Amino acid sequence: MSEDQKETGQKNTGKQRAGISRRGLIGAAGAAVATGVAGYAAHSIVSTPESQATDTTGPVEFYGEHQAGITTPVQDRLHFATFDLTTTKRDELISLLKKWTAAAALITAGRDIGQYGAMNGPAQAPPEDTGEAVGLPPARLTLTIGFGTSLFVDAKGNDRFGLADRRPAALVDLPHFIGDNLDPARSGGDIAIQACSDDPQVAVHAIRNLARIGFGTTSVRYSQLGFGRTSSTSRAQTTPRNLFGFKDGTNNLKLEDTAKLEDQLWVQQEDGPEWMVGGAYLVSRRIRMMIETWDRTSLSEQEGIVGRGKGTGAPLGKADEFDAIDFEAKGSDGELKVATEAHVRLAHPSFNNGAELLRRGYNFVDGSDGLGRLDAGLFFLAYQRDPRKQFIPVQRQLARSDVMNEYIRHVGSGIFACPPGVQTGSFWGEKLFV
Amino acid sequence: MITFTTRRATATAVPLLAALLLAGCADETPQVTPGDATGPVAVKATESECELSRRDVKSGTSTFSVSNGGSKVTEFYVYAEGDRVMGEVENIGPGLKRDLIVELPTGKYQAVCKPGMVGDGIRGDLNVTGDATAQIDTDTALKQATESYQRYVNSQAVALEEKTTEFVAAVKAGDVAKAKELFPISRTYWERIEPVAESFGDLDPKIDARVNDVEPGTEWTGYHRIEQALWVSNTTKGMEKYADQLLVDVKTVVAKAKVVKLNPLQLANGAKELVDEVATTKITGEEDRYSHTDLWDFEANVEGSQAAIQALRPALQQRDPALVTTLDTNFKAVFAAVDKYRVGDGFKPYLPTEAERKELSTVIDALAEPVSKVAGVIAKK
Repeated sequence: MSEDQKETGQKNTGKQRAGISRRGLIGAAGAAVATGVAGYAAHSIVSTPESQATDTTGPVEFYGEHQAGITTPVQDRLHFATFDLTTTKRDELISLLKKWTAAAALITAGRDIGQYGAMNGPAQAPPEDTGEAVGLPPARLTLTIGFGTSLFVDAKGNDRFGLADRRPAALVDLPHFIGDNLDPARSGGDIAIQACSDDPQVAVHAIRNLARIGFGTTSVRYSQLGFGRTSSTSRAQTTPRNLFGFKDGTNNLKLEDTAKLEDQLWVQQEDGPEWMVGGAYLVSRRIRMMIETWDRTSLSEQEGIVGRGKGTGAPLGKADEFDAIDFEAKGSDGELKVATEAHVRLAHPSFNNGAELLRRGYNFVDGSDGLGRLDAGLFFLAYQRDPRKQFIPVQRQLARSDVMNEYIRHVGSGIFACPPGVQTGSFWGEKLFV
Repeated sequence: MITFTTRRATATAVPLLAALLLAGCADETPQVTPGDATGPVAVKATESECELSRRDVKSGTSTFSVSNGGSKVTEFYVYAEGDRVMGEVENIGPGLKRDLIVELPTGKYQAVCKPGMVGDGIRGDLNVTGDATAQIDTDTALKQATESYQRYVNSQAVALEEKTTEFVAAVKAGDVAKAKELFPISRTYWERIEPVAESFGDLDPKIDARVNDVEPGTEWTGYHRIEQALWVSNTTKGMEKYADQLLVDVKTVVAKAKVVKLNPLQLANGAKELVDEVATTKITGEEDRYSHTDLWDFEANVEGSQAAIQALRPALQQRDPALVTTLDTNFKAVFAAVDKYRVGDGFKPYLPTEAERKELSTVIDALAEPVSKVAGVIAKK
């Protein structure tokens, strides 16, 4: 069967596709298969934020108005990759997006990709699915796609796929921020795919298989693993800690704030372009943390830099993590409790024309740097309605004044237009090509 | 007579090999008597010309009598569509004459001379007319594939022995310059059929081990042992015994390769192994770490892979024509990428920037995926 036939076969069968349930493969006995199917069905009906935040094994619906993996309660693990297209043909790009969408629908449902999956194919052929997720649950895997600026117009100004006039005005090239030390090999990319899951192997399996499908059409530009979430996107979740040891994402946009999401996250009809309505813009930043020097910093200085208590996560001068920050409060010494250059102040909406971000970044440690230090940090991911009004002004202010800058370096960067959700029978970004 | 000038300046794709039928050498007894009433086609090859005494032949068995009037070693090929090799003679030295006896069904072909044994070659049309247009079934096509590929292996093995003999002679004569020149050339024939050679157990490590492949207590021998002396110490001193051993080992491989029996799946898997070989040890530059002649090996691996795939082509065409198109496109892209490093009859030293390495890696990955699918298609009943 050719690739095209496979693709059509998968598309036509829609959500009830032929992929093999990974659970069904665990036991050879029929009883095991039945259990697997029942378990799968049960997961499908319990997809409230609360249950998703607590049940870390079930599937997250792939189809919908918005792409999954944005407001979805943040999973624990990340595998993020960007791809450069090696093809110059628009129809090959479209074909790739169709194949990827079909595969994504299967993998997120906890199924093997392809007609035969990981182990049931012909013995002489390489298995269609790479197999390392066999026996693992869907683990709330989400796959979220975004299109980089270079997909529309490359660095030399070429309209590579006849998409130049479809480039959203909000998909700007990010400006240089003070202190940026960006590695081109860890920045940019024509297409980004964010895989989030509560099981690291499930996330890696997804990117690996999508990369494999892409060979000949795309090439991985870089990929990044994240081992722990640094924010919460639902009030049902607790606030995790970043590698500075501080709670991160307390004031994040939450999926329960539906009105705010329309205002701050989702691209609206009046924003245009049409193909992006219901989508969002993603900014990725690989932020290296100088954790060894941070660790030598006194507790009071650490708290002063962040503007929150390290234990409770409460704003300085307050008792509870979720207490409103009092930016005017002064201590007995007459100094502001939350200093003028504290991170929480400079990043706060009240000092940024109300701009908010939906953050879902991850801690990373990519081994060590050869100097005896951990190559560690935060892989920052932020979704928003318009980076020109949100990420860019906020980051400009942080880059200029944030006292935390002494301990961080922005070493990678990307900006992507993430289209709205996929409907059954459609594919990622279909409206872009209409 | 029509002459053709080289296309290399404009075209990028390098073709490949796979004898479909009966490549014989003039100094061997031909296995098929040239029975065509119209007689042999004389081919006059030089550096810049590839003249055929006629370009219309009848279907059935044809003989091409190739004389090399140039100063470079040349090769002669008859290609069917997609540069599928119907027949070939390798390693025709200056002043030598060799015969190619090949069975050609009705159709359009290209006759190609490759002076210097590299590049696209000097090409001209060859028209075969008559009624022998047998439509073969897949089983027959697969059987022919193995016969074809075994002839390819045979012709490469013969050239491997000849060129290694020359290389060894240069080393023993203390001619460093000549040995350096012959090192990548003799390895080309080795690299094209490496999976076959690897199947003969311990011969591969004896001939082709890199220094880090050798177990403690075992002596390091073979091509790379001599490579190190030539490039690092700029000498052949002390290499005589390794040269002698290399020739003994190569002759053993050649003798075995000439009688090896392969099945279609081995062809498919060999094609895959060759591309994998490029992806893991050629891209990195670890193969020829002293001479930096990796691109000869790189190209030879891909040529060898394509030879096996092209032998399978008629069967693949029947079962998965889309895969054949993808393979054609992606082989072409790899050769185009390698061609950027070509200088004269060889290559620039392989000392790539990270961006260059990534570019080569990308085209190889793009090729490796569809090549890996061939075995499954071939195995399908």
